[in-house]
Amino acid sequence: MKKKFKMENLDCANCAAKMENAIKKIPGVNDASVSFMMQKLTIDADDSRFDAIMDEVAAACARVDEDCRILR
Amino acid sequence: MARQPRLLSGSIGAGKRTKSARKAGRREEEHMTEKHRKMLIRILVTFVLFVVLMVMDHSGRFSWIGEFPGGFILYLAPYLLIGYDIIWKAARNIRNGQVFDENFLMMVATFAAFGVGEYSEALAVMLFYQVGELFQSYAVNRSRKSISDMMDICPEYANIEENGELRQVDPDDVEPGNLIVIKAGERIPLDGVVVEGESMIDTAALTGESVPRRAAAGDEVISGCVNGSGTLKVKVTKGFEDSTVARILELVENASSKKAKLENFITRFARYYTPVVTIAAAVLAVIPPLILGGGWADWIQRACIFLVISCPCALVISVPLGFFGGIGAASRIGVLVKGSNFLEAVAEMTTIVFDKTGTLTKGEFRVTEVIPADVGELADEDDWDSRKLNEADAAGESGQTPFFGKAGETAIANEDGTQLAAGESARQELLRLAAFAEGYSTHPIAKSIQEAYGKPLELNRVSDVEELAGHGIRAQVDGSAVLAGNGKLMEQMGIAYQECQRGGTVVYVARDGRFAGTIVISDTIKDGAREAIRDMKQVGVKQCIMLTGDRKEAAQEVARELGLDQVHAELLPGDKVEQVEALLNAQPPKERLAFVGDGINDAPVLTRADIGIAMGTMGSDAAIEAADVVLMDDDVRKIAAIVRISRKTLRIVKQNIVFALGVKALVLLLGAFGMANMWEAVFADVGVSVIAILNSMRALKSK
Repeated sequence: MKKKFKMENLDCANCAAKMENAIKKIPGVNDASVSFMMQKLTIDADDSRFDAIMDEVAAACARVDEDCRILR
Repeated sequence: MARQPRLLSGSIGAGKRTKSARKAGRREEEHMTEKHRKMLIRILVTFVLFVVLMVMDHSGRFSWIGEFPGGFILYLAPYLLIGYDIIWKAARNIRNGQVFDENFLMMVATFAAFGVGEYSEALAVMLFYQVGELFQSYAVNRSRKSISDMMDICPEYANIEENGELRQVDPDDVEPGNLIVIKAGERIPLDGVVVEGESMIDTAALTGESVPRRAAAGDEVISGCVNGSGTLKVKVTKGFEDSTVARILELVENASSKKAKLENFITRFARYYTPVVTIAAAVLAVIPPLILGGGWADWIQRACIFLVISCPCALVISVPLGFFGGIGAASRIGVLVKGSNFLEAVAEMTTIVFDKTGTLTKGEFRVTEVIPADVGELADEDDWDSRKLNEADAAGESGQTPFFGKAGETAIANEDGTQLAAGESARQELLRLAAFAEGYSTHPIAKSIQEAYGKPLELNRVSDVEELAGHGIRAQVDGSAVLAGNGKLMEQMGIAYQECQRGGTVVYVARDGRFAGTIVISDTIKDGAREAIRDMKQVGVKQCIMLTGDRKEAAQEVARELGLDQVHAELLPGDKVEQVEALLNAQPPKERLAFVGDGINDAPVLTRADIGIAMGTMGSDAAIEAADVVLMDDDVRKIAAIVRISRKTLRIVKQNIVFALGVKALVLLLGAFGMANMWEAVFADVGVSVIAILNSMRALKSK
């Protein structure tokens, strides 16, 4: 399932790149893209565990920048 | 108009913009956020303190305090004021295992400066780092804003009529079938069909076309356009999620997630750059003093310079920002580019393959030649080339022309009046016969004949009309038996006729058993198609190739008219894919091939080509979905413009990369030899970022 989320307080482009890398490594994530320009996360992940995966994604983003939140 | 614009309707991904997200989108982004304002105050206060400290320091008023701890504390206070968030974030990120983040690096660099007694430098570096960050954030916000402004096609509300009263509702809440009212000057919120009213509609936001389009009852209107002077009552045909506006926004937003090769390269580069520079800094701080003995302070200072420069931000921001600007510039002229990677590919495009019907030709039929039988006999073959061929072109692709059996053959032609003036009345007579015979028909071919005749038809003069499926029509016109149809009809009726070798759909007309003449109906070449080809050649496209399912004669005529390099005619849809694949295989590795099509049967080819370019208005939904670039107003001239925009964008992005890396490398080098100071390091970090961002903004202004 492909979904999009708005991100808040995504302040640095490098962080966005780091988050993207971290998210892509989460098992169950087929593809992910963090757009610094659009302040948006596009994620394609397994349907069945989507919510669990999103929790992991949020944790991964927080590790890079705790201020950044994913609105979902 | 043969076809109504059906822009982007149907199924392109899921347009799942939630209501709240859309509303948030409307509100957001004043350039100066609350955060920015707070930061600005902190910066100003710190700056004043810094100046006061510097002045007092230099005028010797602190001589009584001593370097440590007095001086240290004096500088530490403003340092903490300006840098506390950096230190806080650095500490937090270390806990989270993010060692090489820029906050941490800045903290280490400034701490080290404090450590070696360069208090004022530590404060200055932190201060200017924050100034740079603020400016960077502001610039990014601005560019984001200017791009989203340009894409500001999202309707705020829809007026629903209920019990004679208008009520504003969220476009999301309107369902297909509902009636909405669009007042003068309002944005059309949803796709629909006009039921009442008449107005001029400004489609500029979608197509870049500045001439308004007329809309009256029965016409389709597209969401995102602005209603001109009249009030329209519109029956909604699609929910908001499926409307044109939602789909376009969807496409544009997704565009930034398809990254260009350059972008990926920079991201990869950034991943190694920071650790390498940081390790180099550590080595620089420790090894030389051990080998050379002593001078720790000096070497630590040099290492700090490395740390300050080690953030790859300038690159990581400015490259996607440049592409984003390029995509924005493209959408401003009515071209949707679905990703940075495609923009990059367009810049390398050297071969462009066109589908014929709907791309280079209008897909509309028009009488292009009327040849009365006796005049036709006079025309001899030599005369042909000297005659200016009309903008003639054959009927649609073989697979898509539903015109029963009137498939064209022959005719010797002339419409340009190189022939005798006497021919004129004969031609009128021939047209009149055909128009009357086809008077009751609504078939496109019949319509085009009626249109060419141009006078009202007194249909009471026509009787005994009989459609002969696959052949044509038989009717009594003013008492004579008229036949109009293809060669088979003539043969069947035993009429000696002259075969016409011209491209297009050919209608033979006979009266009372005698051949009366031939009418050729052709698709017309699009306005600007010739210019488009010329422009493309000018911007460096080496080969313009046309593929068509049409007959050779027709195809070659169009090719000659437009100045194309190659034509492949009489192709089945599957053959087109093969042709494109052959071309792709023959292509040098650094060059790209684009395919331009309007969609019917084209989707596989659009996907197969390096760049698929589809027509937004005429194109089928499948084509728009499969395409990488969508021409919203079907204007092929825009292709050359896109090539220019993409080249400019790439130039800007490359400038940024070279400039940022160049300055960083230079300052690193100077720093290693002790010839650069912290100030230069801060410039190489945030200064370069800001300049690169400003440069990227130029991409948005491309024409």
